[in-house]
Amino acid sequence: MAIQITVFLENRPGRIQTIANILKEKNLNILAFSIQDRGEFGLMKIIVDKPEQARLALSERGMACAAKPVFAITAADRPGNLETLTTALAKKNINIKDAYGFVSPADKQGICYLEVENPQGADLGRLLAEYGFTLIADKDLYDL
Amino acid sequence: MIWNEEIETMPLENLKNLQSERLVNLVHYVYEHSPFYRQKLDETGVSPSDIRGIEDITKLPFTTKLDLRDHYPFGLFSLPRREAVEIHVSSGTTGNPTVVGYTRDDLKLWSEVMARSLCCAGAKPGDLLQNAFGYGLFTGGLGFHYGALAMGLTVIPCSAGQTKRQLKIMQDFKPDILSCTPSYCLYMADEAKEMGLDTRQGSWRIGIFGAEPWSTSMQKEIEEIWNMTATDIYGMSEIIGPGVAQECTYKQGLHLFSDVFYPEVIDPDSDKPVPEGQDGELVITTLTKQAIPLLRYRTRDVVNMTTQPCPCGRTSPRTSKIKGRTDDMIVVRGVNVFPSQIEGVLLGIEGTHPHYQLVIDRQAHKLDEVEILVEVDEKIFSDEMKQMRMLEQKIKKEIEGVLSIGVTVKLVEPKTIQRSEGKASRVVDKRVL
Repeated sequence: MAIQITVFLENRPGRIQTIANILKEKNLNILAFSIQDRGEFGLMKIIVDKPEQARLALSERGMACAAKPVFAITAADRPGNLETLTTALAKKNINIKDAYGFVSPADKQGICYLEVENPQGADLGRLLAEYGFTLIADKDLYDL
Repeated sequence: MIWNEEIETMPLENLKNLQSERLVNLVHYVYEHSPFYRQKLDETGVSPSDIRGIEDITKLPFTTKLDLRDHYPFGLFSLPRREAVEIHVSSGTTGNPTVVGYTRDDLKLWSEVMARSLCCAGAKPGDLLQNAFGYGLFTGGLGFHYGALAMGLTVIPCSAGQTKRQLKIMQDFKPDILSCTPSYCLYMADEAKEMGLDTRQGSWRIGIFGAEPWSTSMQKEIEEIWNMTATDIYGMSEIIGPGVAQECTYKQGLHLFSDVFYPEVIDPDSDKPVPEGQDGELVITTLTKQAIPLLRYRTRDVVNMTTQPCPCGRTSPRTSKIKGRTDDMIVVRGVNVFPSQIEGVLLGIEGTHPHYQLVIDRQAHKLDEVEILVEVDEKIFSDEMKQMRMLEQKIKKEIEGVLSIGVTVKLVEPKTIQRSEGKASRVVDKRVL
């Protein structure tokens, strides 16, 4: 599973830059990120190649952050794939807490990061395989 | 008009004799009736017989707000609770609020000093008073009410808030006097302008404002906007409520009714009296109260005093406006706020001690706004937005419950609130009074 780092940020100029700078200084590579905004503050969610190093670096600099596992799923870039994925989850009554996805235009590959309630009980790997999706292997995500 | 000519214009020498006689009686009274003061005097090594006149007052121990808190709710009463006919409550520093009680005679005293205050501000019997101080546990509303009844005013017990209704009453009933916090008076002016009213044509001839610090420039502004005489009143629930001191129309300080509330001004560090005219902490002894008389109560308000004659003829010493506090209490919309109250709430919520800061601001003619910044440290951080929102809401709700005023809570990043020793970093008061 992918490890997602969540960081607490105030909503004011330069805050994301600070995070990016801390990661850059440690030569960490950002694979994906998303931001949830709540007016005065927000949460930045980041997937990096070395999650534990990133968490420590942010912590050392006084940022409030946490790491948690999420599913990283690949799918071919074609119409209807998100529908197929969510149908599979809905049938098993699995609730999505958070998700973000994008397509890399060059290699026509869709990637989706998915956070679900009760991930252990879900046995998501098998379910996804049944519907033709693949969980990205750790070795492909991380520079181990 | 002077309400109690005999007392209020008494030559200082006679006043001193009256104070001496009353202090001697008071010390005997508390020694006999109050286990708290008996123990305190015994510990200080002072016997009631050591107090022979007002000059002996410095031998007596101080009383503080902490004493009131530590003996919550009725432990500082010198009489059994059933002897009190009324009880009021104000905020405490932490935990328990401050509770005070009044006997029937205490209420008479309160009515008397409030009648003096109203007359001092220029009220005449038959005038119509719009009392926009809050009625209830807060002493502001009822204090004015009792004084108005005693001196023969017609009182409209509006209480605070409902501004449009306040303004309608002002237009339709043509009240002569307005009593409220000074910031609320300016807030009403803005509302009036929005309603298209000409504030210069307002009916109020006199305003009596207090329960929060305000400046001479704010006073002038109110007078200009409303075309009225604005006066300052001073008091606190521990002493009686409003009616401890009141500015007369000459506006050369607030006449402190020292025949019943004996004032001292001390250096808060050395506890020694400061020379007349110098700034220091106001300490008050209630000379004639029955339910909860206090010896040398530390008000924590910084003032200076003068005994120079006033053109109005009143001889009682006058205090300046409040120049500051010797503790970290702040007054917001007439409500006393202690940073320690915020601390208590935060500690209760997550069992941790996050850094916080109170930011108080007042836009021109608006009510005070309180923003509480809370640093999100690792202990209270959650990576779920839902949890963070709930945390924010919970802090807001609980702080509002403790302070009884609306606040906004802002979660901020760790280490963004400036660290320094003392109160400066806890409170940022941006108000221009």
